Amino acid sequence: MLLYYLRLSALSYRRNPILSSLMVLAVAIGIGAYMVIYTLNYVMGGNPIPHKSDTLFHVQMDIGNPSESFDPPSQLTYLDSKALMQDSRAIRQTMSSKFVSIIEPDNPELRPFRVAGRGASADFFPMFDVPFLYGNGWDNSVDESLQQVVVLSRELNEQLFGGQDSTGQSLLLEGTHFQVLGVIDNWNPVPKFYDVNNGPFDTGEEIYLPWNLIPSLELPRAGNTSCHKPVDGVGWQAFLNSECVWIQYWVELQSAEEEADYLNFINNYAAEQKQLGRFEKPINNKLFDVEEWMIELEVLPDETRILSALAVMLLAVCLLNTIGLLLSKFLSKSAEIGVRQALGAHKGSLFIQHVTEAGFIGLIGGILGTGVASLGLEGIKVLLGENLMQTDWIRLDFTLVAITILLAVTCTILAGLYPIWRACHVNPAIHLKTQ
Amino acid sequence: METGPILRAMTRNKLGVILISLQIAFTMTVVINAFFIINERSRLMARPSGLDEANTFFLTSIGFGENFNGAVTVADDLAMLRQLPGVVDVTVTNAIPVSGSGSNSGVRLVDDESAPAAYAAYYRVDEHAVETMDLDIIAGRNFTTQEIQWRKSGEAIATDQLIISRALASRMFPEREPSAVLGETLYISGLPPHQVIGIVEQLQGPWPTNNNLELSMLQPIHSFDGADTYLLRTAPGERDRLMVEVEEMLVASNGSRIIRNLMSLERTRAESYQVDSAMSTILWVVIVTLVFITCMGIVGLAVFGINRRRKQIGTRRALGATRMQILRHFMVENFLVSGLGVTLGAVLTIGFGIGLTSIFNMPVMAWYYTPLGMLALIVIGQVAVLGPSSGAARTEPAIATRSV
Repeated sequence: MLLYYLRLSALSYRRNPILSSLMVLAVAIGIGAYMVIYTLNYVMGGNPIPHKSDTLFHVQMDIGNPSESFDPPSQLTYLDSKALMQDSRAIRQTMSSKFVSIIEPDNPELRPFRVAGRGASADFFPMFDVPFLYGNGWDNSVDESLQQVVVLSRELNEQLFGGQDSTGQSLLLEGTHFQVLGVIDNWNPVPKFYDVNNGPFDTGEEIYLPWNLIPSLELPRAGNTSCHKPVDGVGWQAFLNSECVWIQYWVELQSAEEEADYLNFINNYAAEQKQLGRFEKPINNKLFDVEEWMIELEVLPDETRILSALAVMLLAVCLLNTIGLLLSKFLSKSAEIGVRQALGAHKGSLFIQHVTEAGFIGLIGGILGTGVASLGLEGIKVLLGENLMQTDWIRLDFTLVAITILLAVTCTILAGLYPIWRACHVNPAIHLKTQ
Repeated sequence: METGPILRAMTRNKLGVILISLQIAFTMTVVINAFFIINERSRLMARPSGLDEANTFFLTSIGFGENFNGAVTVADDLAMLRQLPGVVDVTVTNAIPVSGSGSNSGVRLVDDESAPAAYAAYYRVDEHAVETMDLDIIAGRNFTTQEIQWRKSGEAIATDQLIISRALASRMFPEREPSAVLGETLYISGLPPHQVIGIVEQLQGPWPTNNNLELSMLQPIHSFDGADTYLLRTAPGERDRLMVEVEEMLVASNGSRIIRNLMSLERTRAESYQVDSAMSTILWVVIVTLVFITCMGIVGLAVFGINRRRKQIGTRRALGATRMQILRHFMVENFLVSGLGVTLGAVLTIGFGIGLTSIFNMPVMAWYYTPLGMLALIVIGQVAVLGPSSGAARTEPAIATRSV
């Protein structure tokens, strides 16, 4: 029966091609435009690590100048990070921050070049489920032993070692030799949840090394640094002892009890520090899981939020349009409906027939809509350029295509409900008379 | 005017009226707010930085290895670059205006961290900055060569003079003329007291989205820390040639360094405002699409309504109505529906505008947007319905006598 109705729908489309194509176009544009914005929101406001986002917590400590009303800082000081690292009640924990460095390749044909790097403690890799192509990260013991080891990104490994397994090889970075321990496979979470301070849609770093090497080798720091008090003195040691925040600190906690316990622990720590004259504001420490942290730092840009509202209205206009067009179409074949009714068709089967017809239009509109959406997303990629952020994720995946088509069919049927109702209530007598 | 019959005819087709007026209302809301956002973004993008942007570029020289001597390299580079034909002037700086990356610091009137502060961007530059950045000194003077502190990163800052932007001067001393701020002492977090020796008309900070974009200051510090950024101003038309030449020259002059971030200020501006210009383009596409779809909707429903009433039109014609009157009927009908639509649209537009202001901190929409939008949508509606209406007007009276 459904096949029969589908054939009727196709016939009906052919009989009134301009009106039908207008409807398909309206659905395709409305759904396509909506899906462009939906995709941006879906990824930018999405969960970059869904399977464990509720067990990873960003630690926030409200230090700051009590006479200013700034938000609590989004990073920690060196002093506090170090103190928290001494404690082992969390299953895993990592402090990390960015640096930049010059690599001098062995190959004399390659000129020295600068890389963006990240210092992190050992748990960084297992905590964030970083996939390895070759080798692995370092042990917790290496965090303290200051062994000079690095982990490379896949791209940097291509560049330096032609993509071969480079574990065990040596590398000259910032004038000192490092041993390659591992190579990371493609890993670019969007948003870059572990460091949203420094561009939530930035590309990941090219090289990773034990965090403690940053101060001990005095590697050039990079990334957002914010000081609510001037640094007392000059040089690295003075900076480390300062109230400047520049380190991202994450802990992995398995249960609500562990979370409460950890919060209690950092509150006690803050109270102790208060006694020593630090933490001048009222104690206000917080733990944010990944999704809470994305919201807290307003990762989703204003632009996409404004566009979402506009896209909903655009979709509404397209659907209002579809209602009008469907109404014209269904009423223009009142005579045919009258004949079917006279031949004994139930209201129910007329209803199903027209739902099928609306759905058919929605389906074609949806398929065309995926095209409109892909085109729109490509356009946005071009508009954003290459340097602003990573844009590889700006595309439709299987789920999004499915959502697009489903949404198109559902919306068209919903828009068709009134026209369908009118079509089912045609008075057959009038139309048979005029035949 | 036959408004009465037209209105009565409309009540017989309530759904059509509701569909079109809702479409017009939503279209108006989107189009007007989109225009407002586009205008707002272009206003932000048009704010001048104070620099001669068309003729300015910068690059970063990063030294590495044992043999690299920062102080000597910077001094040699500057001497060499300043002699190049076509180069107007060169300075070393810690940050580039409008680039999105730099440093700021709290500035206070008293030496007390708990006192209220203005957060101003600072540029650590030498006495050539005023010429390189093409700044207008409106009061006081430039730094002298002797006042510049050559400072390796990590060393204490020992300067005691400042040049500040006019905006910073009036933030610190709202009542005073710029010239009356000269000689005042300002306290920058963690630094010795600084005296204002000069005031420049305008110099933006590095962050276009910052509320304090116009608050900036120049410190007479010549830093060298292995990664030094040179800002160069060229004679008009010489920029592109010199960008290539300067890079080659610097690479050739020293093997222990690499050159990064070679970029014109125009491109820096384009990149810093990339999201804004992308947003404007997207909104233009939305406006055009939406107006197109709404016109299609108006045309579609008008054709439908006319075809349904073909016989009545014939009857009216047979009873003596002129073509003009038929045309007018449908134009007036559309006008009334549009009128309903834009009235609803005005409410939605203003509501959406209030949302933009309260949620996204955008300025309040100027009053004229809404009436202009209403007018525009009515005109668009009239144009869209003109075709179908004149088709209707050509209906022959004879059609009334024909049985279908």
